[in-house]
Amino acid sequence: MQPGLSFEQAPPISVPFRFFLTAPLFGMAAGLLLLWQGPAALASRWTGVALALTHLIAVGFMLQAMCGAMMQMLPVAAGANIWQPQRVTHLTHAGLTIGTLLLLAGFLSEQALFFRIAVPFMTVSLGAFALIVLVALFRTPAKGPTIIALRIAVFGLIVTISLGATLASAFGWQLALPLTEITHVHAAWGLGGWSLLLVAGVGYLVVPMFQLTPPYPQWFTRSFSVALFFLLAAWSITWLPLQRPDALQVALGSAAALLAVVFAVVTLRLQMQRRRKVTEPTLLFWRLAMACLVAAAAGVILQQLKPGEGEDYAGTPFLLGVLLMVGVFMPVISGMLYKIMPFLNWLHLQKIGKPGLVVPNMRQMIPEARMMMQFRLHLAALALLLAAVPLPLLVYPGALALIASCAWLEWNLVEATRNYARFSRELEERLAQEQVEPSPRPPSLGRG
Amino acid sequence: MSGITSVMQDHHKLCDEDFAVAEEAAHKGDWAACAATYGKFRAELLAHFGVEEDTLFPAFEERTGMTGGPTQVMRHEHAQMRDLIGQMDAAMEQKNADGFGGAAETLLVMMQQHNMKEENILYPMIDQAIGQDGELSSRMAAGLAV
Repeated sequence: MQPGLSFEQAPPISVPFRFFLTAPLFGMAAGLLLLWQGPAALASRWTGVALALTHLIAVGFMLQAMCGAMMQMLPVAAGANIWQPQRVTHLTHAGLTIGTLLLLAGFLSEQALFFRIAVPFMTVSLGAFALIVLVALFRTPAKGPTIIALRIAVFGLIVTISLGATLASAFGWQLALPLTEITHVHAAWGLGGWSLLLVAGVGYLVVPMFQLTPPYPQWFTRSFSVALFFLLAAWSITWLPLQRPDALQVALGSAAALLAVVFAVVTLRLQMQRRRKVTEPTLLFWRLAMACLVAAAAGVILQQLKPGEGEDYAGTPFLLGVLLMVGVFMPVISGMLYKIMPFLNWLHLQKIGKPGLVVPNMRQMIPEARMMMQFRLHLAALALLLAAVPLPLLVYPGALALIASCAWLEWNLVEATRNYARFSRELEERLAQEQVEPSPRPPSLGRG
Repeated sequence: MSGITSVMQDHHKLCDEDFAVAEEAAHKGDWAACAATYGKFRAELLAHFGVEEDTLFPAFEERTGMTGGPTQVMRHEHAQMRDLIGQMDAAMEQKNADGFGGAAETLLVMMQQHNMKEENILYPMIDQAIGQDGELSSRMAAGLAV
């Protein structure tokens, strides 16, 4: 059988769901930490608290959900089969969950021991995940811009993990390393090389699919991921002399940020040309994310053009961090989860049923009104956290709104999981009943 | 692409177009408009399945001997989509906007990933296996005309 034609290679529903159900919990933890620390969290990007917050969202929320989505998507959408999916799932999920907790403990307590445990633990678990996924992506017979973007993205993840492990080793064993420089490169690969390219690669498939937009133009999909990769790589090399940013570095960094703007603008334009006129939560989440991506990229460019200015003030990094993580990636992920989980529910329920036995549809898994409510909460969290830069006291309501948004997301995802269990029970009961006393089946549809 | 399946790809687009109009009408509660466009979409979709199952797939299976492969998966997905059409019919009859929207949303995702597999994998295989066949083309065109 041709790869990619069947969903038979899809993993059991519990594989992606455990990642999806864990992610919002770390988002809530980030909100709680922010609430506890208040304006102190904005003091500097280099405090333990700021680093703990960053990793609660970047690893605890984002990477957690992204790995779950990869496990589900690769066999189905990319024809790439993952070696030992069950074992890889256990290892990756543990690596992400325990790893996030170790980083949190390390950053908050500043105890070397936590980093000494985190380094081997996270390198092995996440590194194995990345390598196995990369091998799968190179072995798939499928072609196209999505596969290329995903390969580069996973390579970006490997760079991020390696540099992260280097930094954590420096904390764990007091190594004298250029921490600032490595951190810049680590963050750029994590957010740009991995996260943004993953969103782009997946976007090439799902943006046209969910909203009935025209496809992404070929000139764009052919060049975007490769160009971003080379710009990031060249930019990273300019950090090697460990000097203050020079003109070449600024040019390369700004060019990479401009590329991100092009992606956002192309996506927004396609969505404006959509044939599907119904406005639904996933579309709103994507639009919000693309608007924030434009703003964040503009911020990155401005920051580069004025190097050194306000270097110790955390306002700008906090603003960029909020825009990118709370504004771009958390919304895209929420919007995607609201499609992936209901569709997976429906698809797996189909296997229990048989033709003519009505399986509940996607909207019966998570009510749309509740997705919209979470969108509003998230929007409030984003607005308040951005406003907290000039008005630090707003960090308190901002943190509360972030907790509420993540709690609401978790509630919606738990509801989808419970509905899956309930509907499968009901379907099995109905099937059993029909076997005892065959009831007239609803008229089947004639063909053509 | 100018293979024998290009007409099928164009027809996917036509179905998408009418799906979007019908979905919007139901969303607005304009059931009269919905009945008209949904009826058109429904007829087009079922005609599309019919042409594939009765004309195109058998021709491909006959030339390649591949009967249990990709065409079987596509037939199975057609059955799943017919079930969703059944749900939409029922919701339409009861003027149930939620039920219609939910089934429509599910059908859309199912339909799009199905089309993607056909357009990226199966249709190129069919084009390669069959090449040009005027008689088959005209039978397909006749089947799609509703």
